Amino acid sequence: MFRPSSHLINKEIKEKKFKNLLSSITFFLFLPALIIILWLAIKGSPVLSWDFLTQDPINGMTAGGIFPTIVGTFWLVVLSVLVSCPLGVIAAIYLSEYAADNTLTRIIRLAILNLAGVPSIVHALFGLGAFVLFMKMGTSILAASFTLAVMNLPVIITSTLESLKAVPHSYREASWNVGASKLQTIRYIVLPNSIPGILTGVVFSVGRSAGETAAILFTGVAFYLPFLPRSVFDQCMSLSMHLFTISTQVVGVPDAYPYATALVLILLILSVNSIAVILRSYFRTKRKW
Amino acid sequence: MSNSTTSQAFLEWRQKKTTKPTSEKVIEFIIKGAGFSSIILIAAILIFILKESLPFLLSKFDFKEFFMSTEWYPASVVKIRYGILALLVGTVLVTVISMLIAVPLGLACAFYISEFCSPRMREIYKILIEFLAAIPSVVWGFIAIMMINPLIINTFNVPIGLNILNASIILALMSLPLIVSVGEDALRAVPETYREAAEGLGATKWEIAIRVLLPAAKNGLMAAALLGVGRALGETMAVLMATGHSIQIPQSIFEPGRTLTATIAAELGESPKGGEHYQALFAIGLVLFILSFAVNLSADYLIRGRRK
Repeated sequence: MFRPSSHLINKEIKEKKFKNLLSSITFFLFLPALIIILWLAIKGSPVLSWDFLTQDPINGMTAGGIFPTIVGTFWLVVLSVLVSCPLGVIAAIYLSEYAADNTLTRIIRLAILNLAGVPSIVHALFGLGAFVLFMKMGTSILAASFTLAVMNLPVIITSTLESLKAVPHSYREASWNVGASKLQTIRYIVLPNSIPGILTGVVFSVGRSAGETAAILFTGVAFYLPFLPRSVFDQCMSLSMHLFTISTQVVGVPDAYPYATALVLILLILSVNSIAVILRSYFRTKRKW
Repeated sequence: MSNSTTSQAFLEWRQKKTTKPTSEKVIEFIIKGAGFSSIILIAAILIFILKESLPFLLSKFDFKEFFMSTEWYPASVVKIRYGILALLVGTVLVTVISMLIAVPLGLACAFYISEFCSPRMREIYKILIEFLAAIPSVVWGFIAIMMINPLIINTFNVPIGLNILNASIILALMSLPLIVSVGEDALRAVPETYREAAEGLGATKWEIAIRVLLPAAKNGLMAAALLGVGRALGETMAVLMATGHSIQIPQSIFEPGRTLTATIAAELGESPKGGEHYQALFAIGLVLFILSFAVNLSADYLIRGRRK
């Protein structure tokens, strides 16, 4: 009969220990996320109500609701996506369909990587210098959205590039062989087949810009505004900035208010991301290749 | 004779077929332009930050004072001083300590998800990583103030909980998703044949992980750590809220400090546009830009090196 030697048994024990250690580390890393959300929900729920979402902040932001901040965040996110989405998708098309494998392309890739790594406060400085002052947009929704768009561009390029590359090369060859031009192939074959992936990336970037604070700090967001923005040249409030303001700058805010604001912000982002995750898994099952 | 005219006609036909209509040319020109947008933008960021900080760099800037002095008194009535040493030390401290926490844990997690997990659990963990990565920095800052702050005060019995340790914990949590996902990619890029060969020799998973995967994926794992460093270095709102905001070189991790990013965020709003203080803050921005550039380039170099 086979009898494992003590050496093998020791190995087996070591292996078990190792696996348990890793699995518990992994488990405990994700524990904080759950604790945080639960804890925000418990502390914030007393003030969370329909009124909280639909009323203006009053008494120097120590009471009332967060309606204008939601409106502001909506403006910023929509405008920035309108700018970054077309630019990012087209840039990705260039990289995937046109760019040759040469030094220039390598420089473009490096630029994208570095653009993604630029600290958000440096983006804010750039937005202030370029959009607010140089292009004379003033501190406005427009300037802030452009800044956000620059920040999101590398994210959208990378995710779009991935989904364009996922379309099998044989699809393109088939299209060329029936006489379609390169552009027609992109328009009728490559893009329709990669739209789901592109969409997922865009939705993720929406979630990211909704939570961004530093980049919009000096470019278009005000601590407090008594009115809603009327055009893109007005300033606005934002959910993320409001959380910063009432948790650090304003004295006498009841405890539950910042909790509820943080909860709304997180739930907003998580629901946007859930849409992206659902989209992705839905399209994955429908994929033809 | 007739043969040559046919081929002539064919050549003409082909010529017509392969010359693009003007509209197509215009569109392809636009596509090319968009392709270069990221180069243009990264250059524009550098140019605009240089442009705003140049007057300061040319007149008031004193290399020794700027990098060697801890005295940051941009609004002093007696003598205005711009020394960023304390801020630089603050940035380096929180980055290093957060990485000491996040890199080992993150890589352990990457090993688990890539090598030990069932495919189903892997999908679940990946979605969790995405959720963790989606929590915005201002919410992390809020958590630092409301949750970690009292936790540190009670556990270590210190007077203030908004300090270097707090910011490091928050930064570690924030950069974990990035480290885990890049590290996992690096591990999965190791060819399956390596694992099979090791298994055939009777190696256990633990031995495979340490003796085979670790050396094979070394560059990718280092890149993961470096990207985490880049993330921690540039983080603004969370460290602004968590570090306790005092300009000094911290003597221990329980003392408050301040980082480069937080200084810009805190002071730019109150410095008059075009003034010296304002320009000095842009100069800090330039330092940050160069630092993050260097970190990202080395991460890229490591990843490319592996592919070659």
